[in-house]
Amino acid sequence: MILMMLKTIGGFWDPLILVLAAIVVAIIAYIIRAAGRRNHKTGEQAKPFFSGVAEPSKEAMHVRASNLYWGFTEALKGYYTSMKKMHSGMLNDYIGWFVGIAALIFVVLFVMEVL
Amino acid sequence: MNIMDHLPALVIAIPLLTAFLTPLIDRVSRKARNAVVFIALALTFILAILLVQDVFDNGIQIYVMGASSTTQTIPTQAAVPIRIVLEIDGLSAFMVLISVLISLLGLIYSFSDIKERGGRFYTLFLLMLVGMLGMELTGDLFNLFVFLEVTSIAAAALIAYEFRRGSTSEAALKYIIISSIGALFVLFSIGLLYGEYDLLNMAAIAQAMQSTHIDKIALVLLFSAFALKAGAAPMHMWLPDAYGEAPGAISMVLIPTTAASMYALFRVCFTIYNESLHAIIPAVIIIFGLLSIFIGVTMALVQDDIKRLISFAAVAEVGYILLAMGVGLYGFLNSEEYTVAALRGGMFHLFNDVLDIGLLFLVAGGVIYATGERSLNKLGGLAHSMKYTSVLFLVGLAAAAGLPPMNGFASKIIIYESVYKVSPILSIIAILASIMMLAVFIKIFQAVFTGPKLTECREVPKPMLASMIALAALIIFFGLFPDMVIEHLVDPAVNALMNYGAYIQAVMGVGT
Repeated sequence: MILMMLKTIGGFWDPLILVLAAIVVAIIAYIIRAAGRRNHKTGEQAKPFFSGVAEPSKEAMHVRASNLYWGFTEALKGYYTSMKKMHSGMLNDYIGWFVGIAALIFVVLFVMEVL
Repeated sequence: MNIMDHLPALVIAIPLLTAFLTPLIDRVSRKARNAVVFIALALTFILAILLVQDVFDNGIQIYVMGASSTTQTIPTQAAVPIRIVLEIDGLSAFMVLISVLISLLGLIYSFSDIKERGGRFYTLFLLMLVGMLGMELTGDLFNLFVFLEVTSIAAAALIAYEFRRGSTSEAALKYIIISSIGALFVLFSIGLLYGEYDLLNMAAIAQAMQSTHIDKIALVLLFSAFALKAGAAPMHMWLPDAYGEAPGAISMVLIPTTAASMYALFRVCFTIYNESLHAIIPAVIIIFGLLSIFIGVTMALVQDDIKRLISFAAVAEVGYILLAMGVGLYGFLNSEEYTVAALRGGMFHLFNDVLDIGLLFLVAGGVIYATGERSLNKLGGLAHSMKYTSVLFLVGLAAAAGLPPMNGFASKIIIYESVYKVSPILSIIAILASIMMLAVFIKIFQAVFTGPKLTECREVPKPMLASMIALAALIIFFGLFPDMVIEHLVDPAVNALMNYGAYIQAVMGVGT
């Protein structure tokens, strides 16, 4: 049953079908979960085991924002160095980029005219 | 007097008059001031809806200032329009609706968020709205410049409104200088066109356009100035400074101001220059779009300031709009079959961008309001105490990252498919950037809302929550019923973009 179909170049998109599918998946997931063991302990049994080493506090283990995607930014160090230079915070640079881009469009446009 | 005949003027006049009344009412009572501002903006919203309905039902609306008849565009003893003409087609109506809606929600949010001093905030707030509406309603290039200046000055003052840190004033200073230089470019180009045609009316200029060298110089000046103001990379650097330092509500309302500049860019390309537009321009818009997407999303990934991170994501969203509109413009000039789809995707994404990024800015404002902290490294576990805000952030996250079934997905899928027709590489870059966008917002969610409770705080006040919930509801509605939104809001704007002849005819009274 297609309720609210958005026609696109390649086919269609119907969000309500996705919502219905999500509800069905959620019901199945709930049924599977409900069939699980009811004698599961949440105390000692749920604690992580670090070869006898005491578990650090949750606060100490929270991954801070600057540590996320470290590998990605490290791999693209060269790119980010040049990007940080571009975003210098200097107004002169901002205006330079603006005037430079406008001049570049001028040049390209008129060169194309001549050609 | 039939009020329906004066809707275009009233939509601008009501917030303008209220702006100057606000400091006076503030001397009597702050509650009365808030009530008056809210009523004025709610009334403007209702009038805007009536205007939009009128345009969609009856076609382009014309309103001539100072004439005996509000529809007499060309005076009896003249051959060209010389009075101030407001011209509202489907595109203008679409933009007006976005501007007023977002301003109304921003106003409700600001009642709790802003520590007001003497009614000045609301004066500036309403003037910024007046500037946006003027830009979107005017049919006159010089008035476009004037309203652009009104918007910029009010926005700069609002960015610096809560000068808690030196960087706030610095951001406002950068914004006003960059805006002034952009406005000078616009003014210079208007001078060139006026010198050549003795005209300021956009429809009249479009009819007279001969595509001379002077016209091309004016085009480059107008194009680069509006691209700058729209936040297109690599001229976007002012945007994270301004959006990042402004108060939460203002960051959100700044998005329609950049959208108004995008509107001006599209008006110049599609209406004024139309088929005489140089073939290089669509390519430049596509390049700006790709650069904005790539630079925006990669720079967002390394930000540690919550507002600055969302600001770079806003640059990426501008990129998606420019990419689609560039492809649409290319198709428009070459009569390609994917033109309508690309323009539809671009315009729909413009509305979605305002809603999605707007919601994220409001959530970020709420986090700063509740904790006094904006560094992602110092925040954590806020979902324990800010449950509603956390859920609302998830809605904004999913929408901005383009996850189904949110509105962002609906507009992005149209963009992916239409730009694929020009080059599959464009689609691949856009899809990869969308995946990175999801990673960017997951970074905020993980750092701010999940994990142990690192910061003691309380949920934000009800007016702030109400604005965020209204935005989230719109996002979900747009996501679940995209065809309805496209049919009733987006398609009239796309038709207006493509049918420049009707825009000219409405003022000049003859076909092209």
